[in-house]
Amino acid sequence: MNRSRSTAAILAAILVLAGCGEGEDPRDDTADAAATDDGTTDDGTTDDAAAGDDGDQVTLIMESWRNDDLAIWEDTILPAFHAEHPDIRVTFQPSAPDEYNAALEAKLQGGTAGDLITCRPFDVALDLYEDGHLAPIGDLEGMDAFSDVARSAWVTDDGSDVFCVPMASVIHGFIYNADAFDELGLEEPATEEEFFELLDTIDADGTYDPLAMGTADQWEAATMGLQNIGPNYWAGEEGRQGLIDGTESFDEPQYVAAFEQLGRWAEYMPSGFEAIAYPDSQNLFTLGGAAIYPAGSWEIALFREQADFELGAFLPPPPAGQDTCYFSDHTDIAVGMNAASEHPEQARTFLEWMSTAEFSELYANSLPGFFPLSDHEVDLDDPLAQEFLAWREVCEPSIRNSYQILSRGEPNLENELWDLSAQVINGTIEPDAAAQRAQEGLERWYEPQQD
Amino acid sequence: MSQDTGLEPHESDGSAAAARRDHRPARRRFPTHLIVFLLPAVAVYTMFMVYPLLDSMRLSMFGDVDGVRAFVGLDNFVRLLTDDLLSALFWNAVVQNLLFFAVHFFVQNPIGLLLATLLASPTLRGRATYRTMIFIPTTLSVVIVGFIWQLILSPLWGIVETPLLGRSSTALVTLAMMSVWQYVGIPMILFYAVIISIPEDLIEAARVDGASGWNIFWRIKFPLLLPTVGMVSVVTYVANMNAFDLIYTVKGALAGPDFSTDIMGTLFFRTFFGFQLQRGSSTMGATVATMMFLVILAGILLYFFGWHRRVQTYEL
Repeated sequence: MNRSRSTAAILAAILVLAGCGEGEDPRDDTADAAATDDGTTDDGTTDDAAAGDDGDQVTLIMESWRNDDLAIWEDTILPAFHAEHPDIRVTFQPSAPDEYNAALEAKLQGGTAGDLITCRPFDVALDLYEDGHLAPIGDLEGMDAFSDVARSAWVTDDGSDVFCVPMASVIHGFIYNADAFDELGLEEPATEEEFFELLDTIDADGTYDPLAMGTADQWEAATMGLQNIGPNYWAGEEGRQGLIDGTESFDEPQYVAAFEQLGRWAEYMPSGFEAIAYPDSQNLFTLGGAAIYPAGSWEIALFREQADFELGAFLPPPPAGQDTCYFSDHTDIAVGMNAASEHPEQARTFLEWMSTAEFSELYANSLPGFFPLSDHEVDLDDPLAQEFLAWREVCEPSIRNSYQILSRGEPNLENELWDLSAQVINGTIEPDAAAQRAQEGLERWYEPQQD
Repeated sequence: MSQDTGLEPHESDGSAAAARRDHRPARRRFPTHLIVFLLPAVAVYTMFMVYPLLDSMRLSMFGDVDGVRAFVGLDNFVRLLTDDLLSALFWNAVVQNLLFFAVHFFVQNPIGLLLATLLASPTLRGRATYRTMIFIPTTLSVVIVGFIWQLILSPLWGIVETPLLGRSSTALVTLAMMSVWQYVGIPMILFYAVIISIPEDLIEAARVDGASGWNIFWRIKFPLLLPTVGMVSVVTYVANMNAFDLIYTVKGALAGPDFSTDIMGTLFFRTFFGFQLQRGSSTMGATVATMMFLVILAGILLYFFGWHRRVQTYEL
């Protein structure tokens, strides 16, 4: 009994100490913040102005789900804007990603949402616009810097109104272990045939698993699998628009072929891939157990941090004889303006600044793997990110075909593709049956596909 | 429930007043203190259980008609049970859910019983240690249990090559076994409590009559345990039919592969809150929730009339 009492005392002491240790950091932060406030006071504004909006300075609040990026916005991006526009102060106010949509909706309805709203792509943002929460911003001069594909996630179905300034996209391709490629004397594949020869070589050597991927979480199979290699088969935007117009259907040969290639991946994936989850395959790759990782560009930052080998990247290789190559350059994040904002002029100034080359460069270099959507020439410090970005020069970009319009009904095409892609790789459904099922799903509710 | 709250004070009113009449026959006062005692529990229970339950039933009778929410009667239920897509998902979830429960029933009860009997054996040393160790998983968060077992069963880092959690033939049973592992402590403790409460006289008398240990277990201990087996099973049934967290943690809301681990909880989650690009429908979600309630209710009635009334309880 005595012993357990003294153990408890020691534990309590440790807890108290630990509490003190954590307590120090926030205090440091407040000290920093106070210093910044003093700085603004020197400019001649009152203390109130830093928090409120009287005087010359206006404070804008930016809603976002990217709480990972808080430091980047506060330390890099916003200071650059403040230097140019000393009369506007922008505060980045992120919330947790999975709570963002619901929290934002509630704040907008309650009239307490920030002036600048980070936009989810497609229907979530479109709903906000249709409910009158987002202001149309198509007349901003800077909007000319964005192509139709870049805008596609934040326009009305007829393309007439734009309501968010596109901020970043993520690109799909393959990231590989360059040291392993050197060791085995391998080259980046240029065609689909070469890709499978490459996989065969790695498989025969046996040191590495050729492909680091699993199907347990299902979405990798669809997102990093089908949507990665698919655009080469369905000719990118042409095929995507074809599905929306109803001029193409999902059971046509190009879609079956995409599923067929996906099905062939199974033998190159680690054994037991059916139960391998997303973090498992990330770890397998960064620990040097696999040679190629079917990727989204957002992995770059993590892989840089965790992998102690050189990284390279190659495009999804097109079938032999196909001149044009396509890749997925998926629009992911944008910023719009709260229609109820009290400072619409200042908010527009900020959005205008977001369409400049300066912002693109700052943003892309702070977040390697998230690529600016504007047409400005941007140089990236990270060579791997630069390689991904350079694909825009040689190939045609497209977005994931299930994201616009086609996932509005039941069954939802995006969920269907998760399930079907995973099953094609698992070998529990044939590629043509999978394509057939996706088409039947569309025909159930989507009128242009019903004739 | 509202009926109950109306009735109870009256009944107690009668008896309490009768009791008081002995002391002060002249005045018959309404026993306000009973209301004071009942009120907190009734209020909290009504606010957080009864009202939401009734309100979600009310919600299930509404639907979007031309973008406006309107009363549609039982249309949602008709759609859920006849629409080929929805009904396939729903019945798939019900069947998986019953299978999930069946694994618990047929694995958790015997193992719990075995552990309880072993624990109660008079020659066992370190009883408290075993009891605590077997019970500890019950107190763990489901998320932790799911995460640990996922690592143990991972073909990359774990102890088995076979993707048990990745094949539609094995995934649900594996998940159910994980849940059994976590919760087996509860039947064990309850059975154990019954076994140690059996008077020594009964056992001794049986032994004097020449009964073997096997006979003593099946003829004396088991009949006394049966009511508890029923109670444990019905509690497990309710918990299993409401289960969601373990599947969501391990397989996600889409409950793959090919919906082979989809149970009513995950179906409800997707229907009500939506998932990825799938938009949620609170009315259809409420319909699924109401069906869950009815399935659970049906199971409990079956237990009540089919088992509870028939099984013999003994006063010791």
